[in-house]
Amino acid sequence: MRRAAEQKLSARAMLLSAPAMLWLLVLFLVPLAFIFSISFFTSGSYGELERPLTLDHYKRFLGFGAFGWEPLYPIIIARSLLLAALTMLLCLLLGLPLAFWISGLPARWKTFALTLVVIPLWTNLLIRTYAWQLLLAPESLLAKIAVMFGLAHTGDPLYPSLFAVCLGLVCDYLPFLVLPLYASVEKIDWTLAEAARDLGASGSNVFRHAVLPQIVPGMAAGIILVFVPATGQFVIPDLLGGSKTVLLGNVIQQQFGASRNWPFGSALATVAMLVVLLALWFHARATKRKGELL
Amino acid sequence: MAVVKSRSPPVRDSPFTIHYSPFTPLCYTFAAMQTATVPAIEAVNLTRRFGDVVALDQVSLAVARGEFFSLLGPSGCGKTTLLRIIAGLDFPDAGSLRLAGKDALCIPTHHRAVNTVFQSYALFPHMTVHDNVAFGLRMKKLPPAEIQTRVRAIMELARVSDLAPRKPSQISGGQKQRVALARALVNEPEVLLLDEPLGALDFKLRKELQRELRALQRRTGITFLHVTHDQDEALSISDRIAVMDQGRIVQLGTGEELYERPRTRFVASFLGGCNLLDAKVRERNGTNLVAETPLGDLRLAINDPRNGFTVAIRPEKILAAGNDLNAPNCFTGQVLETTYTGAETHSVVRVRNETLRVVSVNTTAAPRIASGEQIQLRLPSEALVVLED
Repeated sequence: MRRAAEQKLSARAMLLSAPAMLWLLVLFLVPLAFIFSISFFTSGSYGELERPLTLDHYKRFLGFGAFGWEPLYPIIIARSLLLAALTMLLCLLLGLPLAFWISGLPARWKTFALTLVVIPLWTNLLIRTYAWQLLLAPESLLAKIAVMFGLAHTGDPLYPSLFAVCLGLVCDYLPFLVLPLYASVEKIDWTLAEAARDLGASGSNVFRHAVLPQIVPGMAAGIILVFVPATGQFVIPDLLGGSKTVLLGNVIQQQFGASRNWPFGSALATVAMLVVLLALWFHARATKRKGELL
Repeated sequence: MAVVKSRSPPVRDSPFTIHYSPFTPLCYTFAAMQTATVPAIEAVNLTRRFGDVVALDQVSLAVARGEFFSLLGPSGCGKTTLLRIIAGLDFPDAGSLRLAGKDALCIPTHHRAVNTVFQSYALFPHMTVHDNVAFGLRMKKLPPAEIQTRVRAIMELARVSDLAPRKPSQISGGQKQRVALARALVNEPEVLLLDEPLGALDFKLRKELQRELRALQRRTGITFLHVTHDQDEALSISDRIAVMDQGRIVQLGTGEELYERPRTRFVASFLGGCNLLDAKVRERNGTNLVAETPLGDLRLAINDPRNGFTVAIRPEKILAAGNDLNAPNCFTGQVLETTYTGAETHSVVRVRNETLRVVSVNTTAAPRIASGEQIQLRLPSEALVVLED
């Protein structure tokens, strides 16, 4: 009888999850399969997909072109990953104190502070990014401060530059890190910190051994939410980075847009996805081990 | 500017750590002899307020070395606050605290030779039982070999050796309690603080652990300061008990002193059951007096200068009196209800307008008290205690 009930339950669960499954199948897995297969076609003179099937695009990605070996695309991928990692690190440095500070506020200010964290997301990304262009323009306050500290020449804008891209990325992704982190900070059992202090741990050791392990899950979620989208971001690098800092997102966008070379774009997208998956796998392993060790 | 804070960890001067030799300077020996008489904990006029609430109201307390001391009181009486101040997890608004003769308020928590067993155990969930126990010694950066031997020894003593590789989530409540105890004791603290350590356990396990706790304290010789709201627990394991109420210590003494001679209504009724009678002096003659109570006239073997006071008598000290109604302090009453609890019978007896609680031991000789019957009760004058309030 219990078995029948369980079966009925699982049947109901399947039925309830069917719409989401269907959504994922039609709008995620099928396009993914398309991208993967397109990457083996040859691109025609007008961008149409033609036979024969070929591995040329992957070779081109690896840097084997008509003019000998030049690792242009691996460098772009590495640069994208580094920038995403840097963004993530900066978000973490800013987000950790912020999450702790918010969780220490009195209850009614917490909601207010969290709303402030989320408010930037209410504005369109493009508008926010163009706003940064204004804020970093030659006559802006930020530019003048930079001149004052000798970091820029008078009359120069602060963009396009790597600094501007980083700034844009950090401001864009900070909420995605702060929210999950805040959720785990709220759940911290502070008696563990007291126990650590009681057992002779100094301030930094209390944090390392009694507090940090408790927020690892939130941190892991936040890191993924920042790192993965940041690797593929192309609007911010495009508007704040100019042509000097070409990133993965820009190249892929170019191939599907201006260059009309869908197969090469697909190959790039496939490789990028594999690289990100690999990074996530390492991350998952590391956090699992850390959660036990720390 | 007046307070000079010492940055170095406090020097441990427990008798264990001094090694005597012919070359030991005489002053060291003398200092060790002196510290033996210095109380392990000496609190003077500790006061702690949380907003308008006074959690501790000028509490003074001295706990001797090697003593098993209990703080007993209802929740919210300030006993946990006092414990947290001694541990360094909270700070008093006024008063002073000395641990082993040294001012402790300027010593930060992690340098105090005090360890705590928390009510919720507070074991680190991501560490194994072994790492939990080793944590304190690792923080002190002792050599790994020494950590290993000390951890192994204390885990043996607390009988948790088998659990070493497990995580706290994989062990039972009683086992967690033992691990928490081992984790604190491995540091060989001057004072071990126990915050209702047995509160979450079932009755039988609690009894068993009470005995173990007592034995462990005897073996290690460490001063235990134990907080509880369970009077049986306090009575059965402590050398001395301080009963607390509303941020004050209302009475301090051995369990027997507190039970036999409670000073206030609060102590009398919090520690065990008690019958309280309002009394008015009717007649004084030398060393005793006769007082008028709701039961009738009571003869008391004391001479209290006040004209009105409260008299207390424990339920088990009221005796079934036979038929001799002319003997002093004998009254006739009607049994309203009885409860059989195995070893004892608890009955409620109405005498005039007052109800008395009576406990009688179920021996084979004594007649069982039955509900509804008339019985004679005797309140022996030596069992009557005059309260201060």
